[in-house]
Amino acid sequence: MKPLEGLLVLEFAQFLAGPSAGLKLADMGARVIKIERPIKGEACRQLSIKDLFVDESSMLFHTINRNKESFAADLKNPDDLVQVKKLIAKADIMTHNFRPGVMEKIGLTFEDVLAINPKIIYGVITGYGEKGPWAKKPGQDLLIQSLSGLTWLSGKSSQGPVPFGLAVADLMCGNHFVQGILAALLKRAKTGKGVLVEVSLLESILDVQFEALTIFLNNGGKLADRGNVRGSAHAFLSAPYGIYETADGYLALAMGDLLLLGSILEVDLSKYTNKKTWFRSRAAIRKILSKQIITKDSDYWIKALREKGMWCEKVSDYNDLNHQPFMKDLQLKQTVKNSEGKEMETTRHPVKFDETILSSTKAAPKVGEDNEKIIEQFLKI
Amino acid sequence: MKPLEDYLIVDFSQFLSGPSASLRLADLGARVIKIEKPGTGDICRTLYTSDLIMNGESSIFHTINRNKESFAADFKNTEDLKTIKKLLIKADVVMHNFRPDVMKRIGLSYDDVKAINPKVVYAEISGYGNHPDLKDKPGQDLLLQSMTALTWLTGNQNDGPVAMGLSIVDMLAGAHLAQGILAALYRKTINDSGALVQVSMLESAIDFQFETITTFFNDGGELPVRTKSNNAHAYLGAPYGIYKTNDGFLALAMGSVPVLANLLKCDALLQFPENKFTLRDKIKKVLATHLKTQTTTHWLSVLEPADIWCAKVLNYQELFEEEGFKVLNYIQKVTMGDGYGYETTRCPIKIDGELFISEKGSPKLGEHNQKILNELINT
Repeated sequence: MKPLEGLLVLEFAQFLAGPSAGLKLADMGARVIKIERPIKGEACRQLSIKDLFVDESSMLFHTINRNKESFAADLKNPDDLVQVKKLIAKADIMTHNFRPGVMEKIGLTFEDVLAINPKIIYGVITGYGEKGPWAKKPGQDLLIQSLSGLTWLSGKSSQGPVPFGLAVADLMCGNHFVQGILAALLKRAKTGKGVLVEVSLLESILDVQFEALTIFLNNGGKLADRGNVRGSAHAFLSAPYGIYETADGYLALAMGDLLLLGSILEVDLSKYTNKKTWFRSRAAIRKILSKQIITKDSDYWIKALREKGMWCEKVSDYNDLNHQPFMKDLQLKQTVKNSEGKEMETTRHPVKFDETILSSTKAAPKVGEDNEKIIEQFLKI
Repeated sequence: MKPLEDYLIVDFSQFLSGPSASLRLADLGARVIKIEKPGTGDICRTLYTSDLIMNGESSIFHTINRNKESFAADFKNTEDLKTIKKLLIKADVVMHNFRPDVMKRIGLSYDDVKAINPKVVYAEISGYGNHPDLKDKPGQDLLLQSMTALTWLTGNQNDGPVAMGLSIVDMLAGAHLAQGILAALYRKTINDSGALVQVSMLESAIDFQFETITTFFNDGGELPVRTKSNNAHAYLGAPYGIYKTNDGFLALAMGSVPVLANLLKCDALLQFPENKFTLRDKIKKVLATHLKTQTTTHWLSVLEPADIWCAKVLNYQELFEEEGFKVLNYIQKVTMGDGYGYETTRCPIKIDGELFISEKGSPKLGEHNQKILNELINT
């Protein structure tokens, strides 16, 4: 039995953070129904990367919303709202990321919904929480990264702020949302009452930085220094930690015994026998290492380093990764199929239960694709 | 009431990924007991970063292990192993991140623990799961970032691979493990069964890139291309990026180019009537030159009223001065058993309006042996 089998989730949430949480719940066995406005549907359907579409909806939408159903309803239409409320009465969980005030206007706040369904788990995602001067700002990933201090941790100091090249605030917030919703299910199991779960993109991206923030709070407010050497990978770690160019590509070196590394690479590190210099002089040390590593191919170094137990890895691109036998052997990809038979290859859920991979062939639904079935099952008396 | 009150978690894991998951569960109300090797303990205690040592141990350890108890025991010692097993009988959750086979050798595999505690949720975190090509590889964050090609998304086109500057894969795997444990505990309330929950850093790193990897799978295998300058996302068009201003930096997430040309009074932008993806390098270059001419405050005062998505770029010192940060009450003070206090962050989740804060700092190695013996083992 999949762990969340039997649970009914109504997803009013749009874009990435909320729907990525809905996808995790769906893969773990919950039935997730997207409540979408008729015809156009969720805004993300038209948001494409590289103009890639699967059907009327973008590949991006399909990636985030596979394994879900769609119920089209206009929340501003009183008849539709009656239907949605009937559905809410049967649901275990509902999620939304509307800006403050929207659910008040529609009449679907947590309090409103408790009156229909006293055991509902009501999940809300905001950009910055409910209070304060930022509460009404757009909750957008790059803006949140920029405000949170995250952009000073990657790259080298002369590059200025370097954002993470993925929607990391959205994705971490989606993960925290799943944790909050699951914890709420445990709370409900004890109290029998509905539960309100709230997360924000800002708090989630701060949580990712808990180490860096704790260091800042306890070192007298000193800012992190990434150093100014190409390939810097962590502002708080000593040499050799970082990425280095080889004669034919790049390799990564994690933490390890610098003097052993020096002997493998045949470079003179006799000035750095005191471990304390590995942090303080890391720029100088990394320059010495870089000069030597670039003289030979990645495979040559990797073999030599692994033999001595040094932690290292070749830097791959998606092509290299896709050709690794483990991608297939570990079933790291799966194919989903929509109602018209169109197929798309994508990734799968990362958690295994009882040695079973949680896979699913169900693609994202068309807008309102499941209205009839849902009306038949839940809304007819 | 905290949602995980009354749950007991016995955690053998070390470093970041596993302990970050048990920190979340501790904040949500569970009692978390770290089992640590006498003498040395969690290796993270001595994993020094940034030369910052707090009360004799690494800042990282204190960040990840607050709100937990420590029980020092050596499972290679028969007596200690017996004691540990008595504790495991009472555990709702057992977690570890040893390499495959270590727990089997000790006699604490899932099957072993299930034999003494049939409804246990047994959770493991590994670097790569179980694959012959990967079994000897260390599960380390930067190596996973490199192997899964994450390094080609951050930075500009000519920067070479750029790592995300914190242990993002550890954090993701920890977040996924916590989800798996919570889902298994939920199922236990329904059907009264235990579970084996497994996560690897490899699967978590791929899940993190689900949008970009799916794009790669379906667009004929084209690799992501970062913009030449001001890159913030390899797959998004201009203006998406961070730009230098007269006195700082400005993040710009969207906006049609003609509208921006008008608002910013930038005539050079008018040559781009359409926001074409293929022209993004050129558009960014023009924008970058123009935005340098005025202060961040000036640009915000023009863009924000027009609903253009933008923000200033802050560092921690500046962030801490902002009202928008202060209202979150995101910093909490914790105190260790010996009175040493330090400040750190709190749990990011709010349930029924309750912030999950806890005054309990990280434990000294073996600090709670006697207490745990009295309360859970010799009873």
